[in-house]
Amino acid sequence: MSQHLVVLITYFVLAVFVGFEVISKVPTILHTPLMSGSNAIHGIILVGALLIAAHAETPLEIVLGFVAVVLATTNVVGGFVVTDRMLEMFKGRRH
Amino acid sequence: MTIATAFAYLLAAVLFIVGLKFLSSPRGARRGNLVAGAGMVLAVGWTVAVLWQTFTPAGIAICVVGVAIGSVIGTVGARRVHMTAIPQMVALFNGVGGGAAALVAVSELLKLGGARPEFQTGFPSVFAIVIGGISFAGSAIAFAKLQELMTGTPITFPGQQVVNGLLAVVIVALAVILLAVTGSAVVFTALLALALLLGIAFVLPIGGADMPVVISLLNACTGLAVAASGFVLDNFALIVAGTLVGASGSLLTKLMSDAMGRSITNILFGAFGQVHVGAGSGFAADGRSVRAGSADDIGTMLAYSRSVIIVPGYGLAVAQAQHAVRELADLLEKRGVEVTYAIHPVAGRMPGHMNVLLAEANVPYEQLKEMDSINGEFKRADVALVVGANDVVNPAARNSPGSPIFGMPILNVDEAHSVVFLKRSMRPGFAGIDNELLYDPKTVMLFGDAKESLTKLVAAVKGA
Repeated sequence: MSQHLVVLITYFVLAVFVGFEVISKVPTILHTPLMSGSNAIHGIILVGALLIAAHAETPLEIVLGFVAVVLATTNVVGGFVVTDRMLEMFKGRRH
Repeated sequence: MTIATAFAYLLAAVLFIVGLKFLSSPRGARRGNLVAGAGMVLAVGWTVAVLWQTFTPAGIAICVVGVAIGSVIGTVGARRVHMTAIPQMVALFNGVGGGAAALVAVSELLKLGGARPEFQTGFPSVFAIVIGGISFAGSAIAFAKLQELMTGTPITFPGQQVVNGLLAVVIVALAVILLAVTGSAVVFTALLALALLLGIAFVLPIGGADMPVVISLLNACTGLAVAASGFVLDNFALIVAGTLVGASGSLLTKLMSDAMGRSITNILFGAFGQVHVGAGSGFAADGRSVRAGSADDIGTMLAYSRSVIIVPGYGLAVAQAQHAVRELADLLEKRGVEVTYAIHPVAGRMPGHMNVLLAEANVPYEQLKEMDSINGEFKRADVALVVGANDVVNPAARNSPGSPIFGMPILNVDEAHSVVFLKRSMRPGFAGIDNELLYDPKTVMLFGDAKESLTKLVAAVKGA
């Protein structure tokens, strides 16, 4: 196992703790917006999709890269927009 | 990765964490979403800027067209969707992310040309394909159930657990073959196909009312699949963002099932083995009669009571009746009737659904009472006015151990002096079970669309 891999695993483990910690106290009414917001964040897979699409050459690579980019972009854009729409409804409640 | 790229990804990760933090408090939630969005723009924009020189011509074309198409689908889908359909929209956006993660891993394995992958890329590839595939197919089923393209009731058959178990075993076996013997495309294509199948099989036996929890779980799964893709591509941004979602999503799943008073295992596997119980315990709706009242009678009853507790549910959301219900409440308050709203944590089809709707109609925040603080009040209430809610007031959750919702905390509507149900029909609620409270002698039904019924009640109260 390379030292580099150990570094990656370190990021992973620390991110697990941060992920637990950061939402530990969330009121029920925000459960759905929070789910939707974090749903948008895993749209970061768009970076991965772009990385494979950028160097696609064979027809199969092109098809896979294209589908991955479309799916990932839908995840990112749809995720953020729908979360914003949900949270828009909360405004005006606290006068 | 250059130093500058590393810093850009680090900044993006910080923005994601700060965004999540804001998202978990009512005050900062909307800003949190924007902060996380800024992190996303930074990470994606930087990646494109750095890659630009190395793009193949085909690469440029598919990236530009792909991003354009995805943006249109995402924006239109998210803008056009009705408030009532938002949960299934979230399921869809989650599923496509899982699908993308699986495809990224498939593409990386293809590059090896059939050679056996090294463990440190092979293992995360397998993980991303399997979990991403399950998330994609599972989310699609969750969407279909919530959109009522298929039945919302659990779909079970004898031996289901064995079949699902076998599927899982074959998946593990294929994963071992891929890691230890051959990287042939046949193996990982089969792996992806079986993962999709397992995703479908996993969500089928779960009832529609439990879908928000399932979507949250699949959301966490997609996060982990994305993190695994990050290991495959050796990419810090994917690992950190994916893991954040995986961890916070798992915790959120637990919080959501706690709010329903159920364990996650009960939600995921509760329907198994209930094939016979379910069929036997259905109350015979025929043979018993319900009391249907006129709007005038019910309006008079409301107008001359001292306290009314309104219990909103999915029917209110469907009928977009939030403004009508507020009008009725205002009118009653003018007459000196004490009006409060009892909000069940999972009323509607997502937690917080009712708060969002009633906030839109500017219902005063102080009138919204959470379940724990209102449940003691029903005993003193003259009328409990149930507007399009069913399962969350079903006493079977307390009294009937065989019921699928047994153990779920409910609003104690049955303790009120009289109960008024505004319902479209005698159709059971989303959990697919009958509600004995409808047959209670102190219950009056007013059939029809919630908005129309409320408008009639407003007129009746005015005339009383």
